[in-house]
Amino acid sequence: MSTMVKKNAPSARKTAVNVLVHLLLALLAFVWVMPIVWIVLTSFRKEPGSYVNTFFPKGYTVNNYVKLFTDRNVLNFPKMFSNTLIIAIVCCLISTFFVLSVAYSLSRMRFKFRKPYMNIAMILGLFPGFMAMVAQYYILKAMGLTEGSMIRIALIIVYSACTGLGFQIAKGFFDTIPKSIDEAAIIDGATQWQVFTRITIPLSKPIIIYTVLTSFIAPWVDFIFARVICRANADQFTVAIGLWNMLQKEYINQWYTCFAAGAVVISIPIAALFLYMQRYYVEGMSGAVKG
Amino acid sequence: MGNSGSQKISVGNAVRYGDLWTKLSMILMGAGMFGHQQKIKGAFVFLIEIAFIVYMIGSGIHNLVMLPGLGSVEAGEVYNEAKGIYEYTQGDNSLLILLYGVITLFVIAAIIVLWILQMRHSYKLQKDLEAGRHVPTFKEDLYSLINGNLHITLMTLPCLGILIFNIVPLVFMISMAFTTYSKEGNHLMLFDWNGMTQFYRVLNMNGNIGRQFWHVLAWTIVWAIFATFLNYILGMVLALVINRKDTKAKGFWRFCFVLSIAVPQFVSLMVMNIMLQPHGAVNVILQNLGWIAEPIPFWQDAMLARITIIVINLWVGIPYTMLQVTGILQNIPSELYEAAEMDGAGPVTTFFKITLPYMLFVTTPYLITSFVGNINNFNVIYLLSGGGPTYVGDTAGQTDLLVTWLYKLTIDQQYYNIGAVIGILTFIVLTVVTLVTYRNSSSYKNEEAFM
Repeated sequence: MSTMVKKNAPSARKTAVNVLVHLLLALLAFVWVMPIVWIVLTSFRKEPGSYVNTFFPKGYTVNNYVKLFTDRNVLNFPKMFSNTLIIAIVCCLISTFFVLSVAYSLSRMRFKFRKPYMNIAMILGLFPGFMAMVAQYYILKAMGLTEGSMIRIALIIVYSACTGLGFQIAKGFFDTIPKSIDEAAIIDGATQWQVFTRITIPLSKPIIIYTVLTSFIAPWVDFIFARVICRANADQFTVAIGLWNMLQKEYINQWYTCFAAGAVVISIPIAALFLYMQRYYVEGMSGAVKG
Repeated sequence: MGNSGSQKISVGNAVRYGDLWTKLSMILMGAGMFGHQQKIKGAFVFLIEIAFIVYMIGSGIHNLVMLPGLGSVEAGEVYNEAKGIYEYTQGDNSLLILLYGVITLFVIAAIIVLWILQMRHSYKLQKDLEAGRHVPTFKEDLYSLINGNLHITLMTLPCLGILIFNIVPLVFMISMAFTTYSKEGNHLMLFDWNGMTQFYRVLNMNGNIGRQFWHVLAWTIVWAIFATFLNYILGMVLALVINRKDTKAKGFWRFCFVLSIAVPQFVSLMVMNIMLQPHGAVNVILQNLGWIAEPIPFWQDAMLARITIIVINLWVGIPYTMLQVTGILQNIPSELYEAAEMDGAGPVTTFFKITLPYMLFVTTPYLITSFVGNINNFNVIYLLSGGGPTYVGDTAGQTDLLVTWLYKLTIDQQYYNIGAVIGILTFIVLTVVTLVTYRNSSSYKNEEAFM
C-alpha cells in the first residue's frame, strides 16, 4: 500500500529534485570547464603578462600562436614540437609491443617465471617512479647517450624501457577473451605466435588503441625525466620542458599568453584522442577490475 | 623417483652423476650441450662464458676490488706556474665506482644463473639420451620460440629493459642510502660506506631531518587518505547523479567533466598555480568584485595551501573516478535497488547500504592502486605549491610529500644519501599499507560475498 502512495503522490517533489540536480550539475560543470575556457581565452589575449584584472581579455589576437611557431630565438617551440613528435612515435611503437607481449604471455602462457614476474612488477610499482632517475641518468651517461642528439635516444629508452611493468589492464582484457578460441586454433595446427598475431590481436582493438594512445601521450606530458636528462641542451627540449620554462620568472611576462597557446595546441590532439578512446578506457578499466 | 636420487634434474645430481660432458660444463659452460647433440646452443653458451671472462679481466675484477672502499684518490688542484692557472687532477669518482660495482654484481649473478641452467640442461640432455628420448635439434628449439616457448621470445626484451633501467638503478639508489654521498661535508666526488647512520638520522625525532621526516610522513598519509577517499566517494556520487534515470543530456554532462582529463595534467595544474597567486586571476577578480580586501594567501599559508591542494585534486581526480566506476556501477544487480526501494529506502541509505559496500568489494584493488598513486603523487604537489610554504632552515615544505621531498633532496639539494633513505622508507610505508588493506579487504577475506 505505502509504496503505491509514494509512487503517485509526490510528482511535484520529483520535479523539484530534478531541477535541483540539473542546477547542481550545471554549477559543477561550470567549475570544471571554467579553467579550460580560461586557458583558451588567455591564448587569444592581446595584452601580455600573467596578471590581469578581468576574466575576459580586453582585446583578441592570434599573434600568440604565430609567435609560438615562428619565434625560434628564445624558446624554439617548433623544434621542441618535432623532437617530442619523433620521441612519441618511437616510444609508442616500442611500448605497445612490450605491453602487449608481456600481457599476452602472462595471460595465455604458463611458465615458471610467471607468478614471480607479476609479484616483482607489483613490488617495483611501490617505489617512487623517479627514485631510479638519477641512476638511470648515470647509466645512460655511461652508454654515451646524454650528449647532443643522442639525448633523444636516451629519452626514448627512459619512456619505453620499463613499460613491460604496466601490463595489468591489457592482461585483464586478454583474460576476458575465451580460451576456447585459442584451443580450437591450436588443434587446427596454429602456433602460439599465430594465435597471438592472428586471433588475439585482432580481437583486442580497444586495448591496443588504449595502449597506443597512453604511450603516445607520455612524452608530451613528462617534464620530470625530460628536464633531468636534457639539462641545458636547449635544442633537445621537449614540449613539456618548453611550456614549463615559459612559466619561469625570466620568461613569464613575455611568454605567458604563448604558454596558453602552446597548452591549447598540445591539448587539442590529446583531448581528441582521449575523447575518442574514452569508451575503450572504461572497457579496459572494467576488464582490469574483473581480472 | 624410487630407484635412485639420480632421476631428479638438479645441479647436485648433475655434478654427482653427470657424464664427462656434463661434468666438463662445470668449467667450460655449454660443453654438456655440445657433447649431447646440441652443438650450436652449446657453442653459443660457451661464447657467453668467454665474453664474461674477458669482461671480468678487462674491468669487472677492478670494479669489484674498488667497491668496498669506493675509491680514495682525491681530485686535486695543482698550481701550474708556467700557465698561471690551477689545473685539476682526476681523482676517484665514488659514484661511478659504486655504479660499475653494482653492474658487475648483476653480471656475476646473471652468469651464475646461466651456469645453473646449463648444468641442469646438460644433465637433462644426458638423461634423455640415456633413456633413448629425442633431443630437440637447433631447428626445433628455434621453432619452439614461436610456439611453446613464445613467452621467451616475447618477454626477453621487456625484461631486459626492466632489469637495466629499473632494477639496477633501484639497487644502485638503495645502496646510496648506506653511504656518505651528499653535499653535506662535501662528499659529492668521494664518499664511503657508513652503514645505517642516515637511517638513524632520518628516524630520530629530535634531530632536524628526523623532525621534518615525521612531519612530512604525517601529511603524506593525511593527504593520501583525503585524496583517495574524497575522490572515490564524490566521483561515485557524480557518476550516480549523471546516470540517474531522470537526468537529461547525460552525454553532455559527462563530456564537460571528461574534458578536464583530456587537458594534460601539468598544463592545468600550472595554470591553477598561476591563477591562485596573490596577484593571480582569482584574487584580482574577487578583489574587483569587492568580496575580499586582501589577496587570499592560497600558497603562502600552510593550512590553506593544504586545503587548496586537496580541493584542486578533487577537480583533477573526480572525472577519472567517474569514468572508471561508471561501467562497474551499471553492473550492480538492479534487484538490489528494487528491493531497497520496496522497503522504502531513500537514496542516501541506498548509497551507503548497497552502492558503497558493493563498490568497495569490487574495486578494492583499484582503491589500493590509487592510494599508492596518491602517496607517490608528484605532479599535483610539485606543480601546485612546489611543496611550499617552506620554513627557514628546512629542506621540506609544509605541503611536501615524501616523493617531492625526495626529489628536492636529490635533484635540488644533492643530499643523495638522505634522499635514498626517504625512498626506501616510502617503499616500506607503501608495502605495509598495501598488505594491510589488501588482507583486510572483503575481496580477500570473502571472495564469494557478492557472487
